[in-house]
Amino acid sequence: MAGFDKRVASYEEALAGLKDGMTVISGGFGLCGIPENLINEIKRQGIRDLTVVSNNCGVDGFGLGVLLEDRQISKVIASYVGENALFEKQLLSGEIEVELTPQGTLAEKMRAGGAGIPAFFTATGVGTPVADGKETREFKGRAYLMEESITGDFAIVKGWKADHFGNVIYRHTAQNFNPLAATAGKITVVEVEEIVEPGELDPTQIHTPGIYVDRIICGTFEKRIEQLTERS
Amino acid sequence: MALSREQMAQRVAREMQDGFYVNLGIGIPTLVANYIPEGMEVMLQSENGLLGMGAFPRVGEADADMINAGKQTVTARTGASIFSSAESFAMIRGGHIDLTVLGAFEVDVHGNIASWMIPGKMVKGMGGAMDLVAGADNIIVTMTHASKDGESKLLSRCSLPLTGAGCIKRVLTDLAYLEIDNGAFILKERAPGVSVDEIIRKTAGKLIVPDHVPEMQFA
Repeated sequence: MAGFDKRVASYEEALAGLKDGMTVISGGFGLCGIPENLINEIKRQGIRDLTVVSNNCGVDGFGLGVLLEDRQISKVIASYVGENALFEKQLLSGEIEVELTPQGTLAEKMRAGGAGIPAFFTATGVGTPVADGKETREFKGRAYLMEESITGDFAIVKGWKADHFGNVIYRHTAQNFNPLAATAGKITVVEVEEIVEPGELDPTQIHTPGIYVDRIICGTFEKRIEQLTERS
Repeated sequence: MALSREQMAQRVAREMQDGFYVNLGIGIPTLVANYIPEGMEVMLQSENGLLGMGAFPRVGEADADMINAGKQTVTARTGASIFSSAESFAMIRGGHIDLTVLGAFEVDVHGNIASWMIPGKMVKGMGGAMDLVAGADNIIVTMTHASKDGESKLLSRCSLPLTGAGCIKRVLTDLAYLEIDNGAFILKERAPGVSVDEIIRKTAGKLIVPDHVPEMQFA
């Protein structure tokens, strides 16, 4: 690695330093825009007792769901975990802890975490179980909850194209939580479909500027579709 | 006769206005997109980061990178934009969505809504529902008036964990269109062929019935 060349040659190198008990923030919405190879590498390395922050937790046998098979995750912070039978089983048996977080609050927790903001106020969740144990404050006559931001030891991100500087663009709705996760990792690893020549990405169109990115790797992706719906 | 899911969607579509940005939840709300009046332009927002959701893709043209909040493959219409989840919820929380339509398990006379959790039975998560009800001023809840066992879902106080407190003002059920004001449901319209008596019987929360309750219009 030299200067601003953030490319790494292997998935093992991409996740060097990831250890048991760490917090990993993952991009993706459902199975769309998930860092599938980085997840598989975490499985291969057998790293355990992870706290995973992600909107969802994959499905049985794909995405973050594969980390449930050998019980590598001890806690999940997510907004929706309903696609996963194994998850439900481990939740009911107490093997896994879950902190259900409203989707917009989760996105803002990552954004704030990456932006150096320790907490923020939101009306989302006031008067619901989400408010339990949290400070509420009134602004202009309305009640708001204080929500603390999130940072991770690692962020794992799926991009479309990147250059070796770590500038990333995302494709269509595979963007979702990825640019937010990218800002919130102490070490941010981005896997992409293509690493392009320097200068090829238009600076005005960059979604994630390279300053947030520590390691870049090029992979091939299955891109499984969760709900195939077509015009009849 | 109770309204079909399609009729409910059709009735909600009458609340659309030209130039509206609209978020449609999963289930009946999704069907509303099929009944947007001719000549009216509406932009559908999907909270995973798409404003200007189009039709489902043609056979063979689905793209794994192009989905809606229900994780279904979709297309983008002309004039669409795609962005991050933080941007998407800035739109929602910031009150920029003109109309939000979503389903529920229960609604009560105080405008509380419960839609995400049945303790001991179903704990899947709230997704974006809590942000949507907290951020929108103009919300329509669509649901059946009573459960399959005949238990009313329009209550004095929600029995399930809330999605939002004091945020619902309008409810469309398969039997009636109601507004919520001042601690009561107000019966505004009834489904064709449904009697006011049946609605009274199936509404557990305080219900105000005006002298004249018109039948719902669909066109």
